[in-house]
Amino acid sequence: MNRAQIIHPLWLRLTHWINALAVVMMVMSGWKIYNASPIFHFNFPEEITLGGWLGGALLWHFFAMWLLMANGLIYLGLNLVTKRFKRKFVPISPRSLLLDLLDAIKGKLAHADLSHYNQPQKLAYLFIIIDITLLVLSGLAIWKSVQLPLLRELMGGYDSARIVHFVAMSTLVAVVAVHLVMVALVPRTLLLMIRGR
Amino acid sequence: MFKPKKIQTLDEQAIVKTALQAMPQPSRRLFLQRGLSLGGLSLLTGCTLADEDSVERALMRVSTFNDKVQAWLFNPNKLAPTYPDSMITRPFPFNAFYGVEDIPKINGDSFQLEVGGLVANKRPWSLAQLHALPQVSQVTRHICVEGWSAIGKWGGVPFATFLQHIGADLTAKYVGFKCADDYYTSIDMPSALQAQTQLSLTYDGQILPPEYGYPMKLRIATKLGYKNPKHIQAIYVTNVNPGGYWEDQGYNWFGGS
Repeated sequence: MNRAQIIHPLWLRLTHWINALAVVMMVMSGWKIYNASPIFHFNFPEEITLGGWLGGALLWHFFAMWLLMANGLIYLGLNLVTKRFKRKFVPISPRSLLLDLLDAIKGKLAHADLSHYNQPQKLAYLFIIIDITLLVLSGLAIWKSVQLPLLRELMGGYDSARIVHFVAMSTLVAVVAVHLVMVALVPRTLLLMIRGR
Repeated sequence: MFKPKKIQTLDEQAIVKTALQAMPQPSRRLFLQRGLSLGGLSLLTGCTLADEDSVERALMRVSTFNDKVQAWLFNPNKLAPTYPDSMITRPFPFNAFYGVEDIPKINGDSFQLEVGGLVANKRPWSLAQLHALPQVSQVTRHICVEGWSAIGKWGGVPFATFLQHIGADLTAKYVGFKCADDYYTSIDMPSALQAQTQLSLTYDGQILPPEYGYPMKLRIATKLGYKNPKHIQAIYVTNVNPGGYWEDQGYNWFGGS
């Protein structure tokens, strides 16, 4: 195999799939926890939740958090060390983002070179990184509201940290849904994330 | 006609025996009955039911690890936020593992709080004796494991003061509670000694009403609601983790916030 052809190195593919698994476990157990005391006037259907009961869901949530956090730190660390962040995500500008979005709507957005992220991709992936960070921080504020006063106040207090956690989850799920649609439209990207080329 | 029937009876007994042998320990039974199922994940991964027991054990091990992490994170100098009286949640919610109709009825005149374990003075305490100790009051946020929270006002004896009065071994690991409603729980000694932890005798300036735990409850602002036992009958100090009603079913033991 020609190493030069590898677009996604092994560490990136591994951290991507571990993150995907951790997020699925966090979100599904989180829905079960939400159901115990809904913030809004709806519940998540039991069939798509994880844990069976509140205690079980909490066990899953507080197991998967380690996976999410450790894997996330490895991902961020390796991106910085290998300077991949700079290569993949810079430059990003509102103007080129709009132009790419227009191309996408017209169905003209090029996917010939998958080693290069287009502007909406850069934005979406950066958003996912920031959003998961916010989920971890708001989650910590809920879990340790007495021990982490600064984080609690940044989130606007305990009750408001729950809303931040919920909104960050909802937007993550929405962006991931779009991500999955995009992968379905350009299936080569799925192969790329499995084989690396 | 009788012979096959007899064989059938024997088979049934054998089945029951096998089933009994396969039954988990009593402490784990409730946990399993609650069905810590893989839920939707079993659909995604194709995990079979046979895997569930080992998954549960692995998750419980992580939960025990999380107890250690929380004990390490715990800083006794960090105080839970306090609020003005105007922010008290009214009405403060009643919450228990049973309904209002099953709240234990306790006669305060004859009530005796039992004290045991690693303590120097095991004489029981009457309510009058507890009221004679120095009293403090706090307006803090009660956070339920379910996610909701409510602000309440509790008054009573600082728990550290009470532990000193009974000559508790303050180097012991745990303080356990047994309650009149058959609830039981336990906390770590550092949390028991935190300045806001209180043996509460009043709520909002009135004698603690039955729905909030008459004759006394433990108010511990650094822990979730299920670590705040009501209707306390006995307090004991120990180095053997006594577990708890919910904790033994799978709730995290440390339960700190």
